[in-house]
Amino acid sequence: MQPVMTEIALTVNGREARLAVDTRTSLLDLLREHLDLAGAKKGCDHGQCGSCTVLVDGRRANACLALAVAHQGAEITTVEGLAGGEELHPLQQSFVDHDAFQCGYCTPGQLCSGVAALAEARAGWPSAVTADLAADAVALDAAEIRERMSGNICRCGAYPGIVAAVAEQAAR
Amino acid sequence: MMAATPAAATPAAATPAAAPPATGAIGVPLARIEAREKVTGAARYAYEHQPDEVAYATAVPATIARGRISALDAAAAMEVPGVLAVLWHATAPRLQPVADGELAVLQSGRVAYRGQFVALVVAETLEAAREAERLVAIGYEPEEHDSLLREDHPGLYAPETVNPSFPAATSDGDVEAGLRAAAVAIDKTYRTPALHNNAMEPHATVALWDGDDLTCWDSNQGAPAHRATLAQVFGLDPARVRVISPHVGGGFGSKGSPRPQLVLAALAARVVARPVKLAVTRRQMWAVTGYRTPTIQRLRLGADAEGRLTAIAHDVVEQTSTVREFAEQTAVATRMMYAAPNRSTSHRLVALDVPTPSWMRAPGECPGMFALESAVDELAIAAGIDPIELRVRNEPEVDPHSGHRFSSRGLIACLREGAERFGWAGRDPAPGVRREGCRLVGTGVAASTYPVYRRGAQAFARAEPGGGFTVGVGAADIGTGARTALTQIAADALGAGVDEVRVELGDSALPRAPVAGGSAGTASWGTAVVKACRALRERLDGEHGGVVPPDGLRADADSEQDVADQEPMARHAFGAQFAEVKVDLDTGETEVSRLLGVFGVGRIVNPRTARSQLVGGMTMGMGMALLEESVLDPQFGDYVNHDLAGYHVACNADVRDIQAHWIDEEDPHLNPMGSKGIGEIGIVGTAAAIANAVHHATGIRVRELPIRLDDLLWAEAADGS
Ligand code: FES
Ligand code: FES
Repeated sequence: MQPVMTEIALTVNGREARLAVDTRTSLLDLLREHLDLAGAKKGCDHGQCGSCTVLVDGRRANACLALAVAHQGAEITTVEGLAGGEELHPLQQSFVDHDAFQCGYCTPGQLCSGVAALAEARAGWPSAVTADLAADAVALDAAEIRERMSGNICRCGAYPGIVAAVAEQAAR
Repeated sequence: MMAATPAAATPAAATPAAAPPATGAIGVPLARIEAREKVTGAARYAYEHQPDEVAYATAVPATIARGRISALDAAAAMEVPGVLAVLWHATAPRLQPVADGELAVLQSGRVAYRGQFVALVVAETLEAAREAERLVAIGYEPEEHDSLLREDHPGLYAPETVNPSFPAATSDGDVEAGLRAAAVAIDKTYRTPALHNNAMEPHATVALWDGDDLTCWDSNQGAPAHRATLAQVFGLDPARVRVISPHVGGGFGSKGSPRPQLVLAALAARVVARPVKLAVTRRQMWAVTGYRTPTIQRLRLGADAEGRLTAIAHDVVEQTSTVREFAEQTAVATRMMYAAPNRSTSHRLVALDVPTPSWMRAPGECPGMFALESAVDELAIAAGIDPIELRVRNEPEVDPHSGHRFSSRGLIACLREGAERFGWAGRDPAPGVRREGCRLVGTGVAASTYPVYRRGAQAFARAEPGGGFTVGVGAADIGTGARTALTQIAADALGAGVDEVRVELGDSALPRAPVAGGSAGTASWGTAVVKACRALRERLDGEHGGVVPPDGLRADADSEQDVADQEPMARHAFGAQFAEVKVDLDTGETEVSRLLGVFGVGRIVNPRTARSQLVGGMTMGMGMALLEESVLDPQFGDYVNHDLAGYHVACNADVRDIQAHWIDEEDPHLNPMGSKGIGEIGIVGTAAAIANAVHHATGIRVRELPIRLDDLLWAEAADGS
């Protein structure tokens, strides 16, 4: 079967990318194999580990479960797009300060997930452990952070550092 | 929550007499050297190297557990646009035989276990390769297989040695007599399941040939050792082979030896005359990247009325494959943990139609200490003695097995300090009596231990003409913080600041060094690095008056002899782990509300990365206690839960208050840094501490891991509610 190629245009880290994609290509493989953005990681390719987490139109998503062709016009932010030039994103700095990683393979996903989790709480989105479902904003205590960050597995077990880093940013 | 300020919780390590003239970099909680690359996504892992014209390979796993391939039709696969080659045993180039039969990929039509790689597809794109992979039609002649470990298996045999080279069985005194003479005795069998390492980065290789020169970007725990094996497999002069691994996404033992994808990628690149990338998929990792054998362990302990052990017997049954013998050293720690006049240990194996088990974090100590430390808890209860006190009463003066004195032995200090920090004093030993709402609460303790190994290594140190120093060693940083620790070690040995030192590692072109394994990385590499740095300093100051010559100055070192010359002693790290659990009476769910470890691991090179490693080990130990299990389906000879949805590892919400501390421990008999390895001891004892706490909470003794909801569903509060 000849591959079906489709022309798409999307914005990745603020830059427009216009290219023909194989309709079987995942968003993750588009980033890693075609756009030379290897920050998003492939830990399982099955939506089970979170290491491929990126922001799609501001919301976190597993890039391994998304088809590139379905993202015409989307705005994608990967870990490479978090820092403002030389200056790290505050959450990146907190990750460094709290040793929130060891091997670093889950880290890009944790960071994108953390950035989104902070925004979700500010927007008042409840989680499974939120007591007041009607509150305008959710205070991110340790239990909230653990719950909201549990879609990102860290086999190195850097969870305490990850929680401390997200908590530091939640408190800002 | 772990204390947010690393300095707050732990006393600073003292400087042992053997330390180099220090600028004080050792002991400082320096942030990881490569931290910025890791948080910005700039750190490149193996699969992320993208040579021009790179092609994509995918491996085809066997769908029978034993037998042979009778036919293979690649025609449909070859028709997929973009497919460059399909390789299998009839078409793949011949390889040189090596000790590890798992590396004889595509060399015969035999299938030794389900999931073994039997064919390889190479294509222009990953999508084409994956589509073609499904179209490779393979006919099999299946044979009856046998994949299930049982303690009465007729094929059980005693191996010559257990990993890496310990005797398989030991016997001192008369265990039967010691048990007969005991006032209290226990005789119980403990079981641990097959466990998979599951580093977050799947094993991957990018292979590139330039004539007869081979370069591989590979995910492994030691580039030089991987190069040596790769050169052997292809019959090449090692000088023509280079393995590069600057960043590795975890290994936990599974990347300590080459895996099939390394050989397959190189093979495929040779055939298609283009660079080739190949990653093992997460699901394939259950078959081809190693795992911890399931174990069945019988523990017999006898003690007098004061709790002094009269006999210790630890008999282990475990599995290997038909491809290669791997004998986990499950009972070896028992040989030196406690004093008893009568002691015996044994290991028996059966070669099943299963993937070959291999190293997983603390092979031997981890499953073995689950059984021993559970049994010690049972004995303490039977004797009516506090489990800490019982351990203290059985502290040996010298290593009971070798008779050597201990270079240092911090077990009692760790137990005492842990008891203090955890709040053990006044604990009511009665099980099943503490209730918090609908949950039963209990606490438990267990000991940890891990041997202190050190291997010979080579390193160079170079003073750069433009200022600063470069240190090179064929080490690996798989997330341990090796790059950072070695920078600190080198800085102190050079009398320089850490900013002046650049450490190069993760490349077989650097001086030969052993793999990151056996918790021996820092000790082995550090010894060579210190030697090279001191030699450089001496020459720089002595011959050059402290002025770097225009071409720079380089000193090389080899620590082989230093390591061989070290005095025979019992060198081990020790620790104590404390757990508090809450078991839900309605659901049987166990929450580990607190986990606290105190370790005697010599001098801490970097408190920040050390704490992360210890906490990481304890976290994996918590997963072992409550979550992790690869479930074998004997019908198909396959692990049925072979992905991260079916095999649960601890996630963020599972980890609550977790703390790692260490005692001040000066040990001048180790290495120039005075350090013991810390990569593995954190996982040793955790599962026992949790199982012991679950017993204390519920009165239910779980001897088979993981502890399941249904084990505890019938727990009752002491008041019967
Ligand atoms: S790679 Fe996407 S969730 Fe694991
Ligand atoms: S840092 Fe290694 S998996 Fe998270």
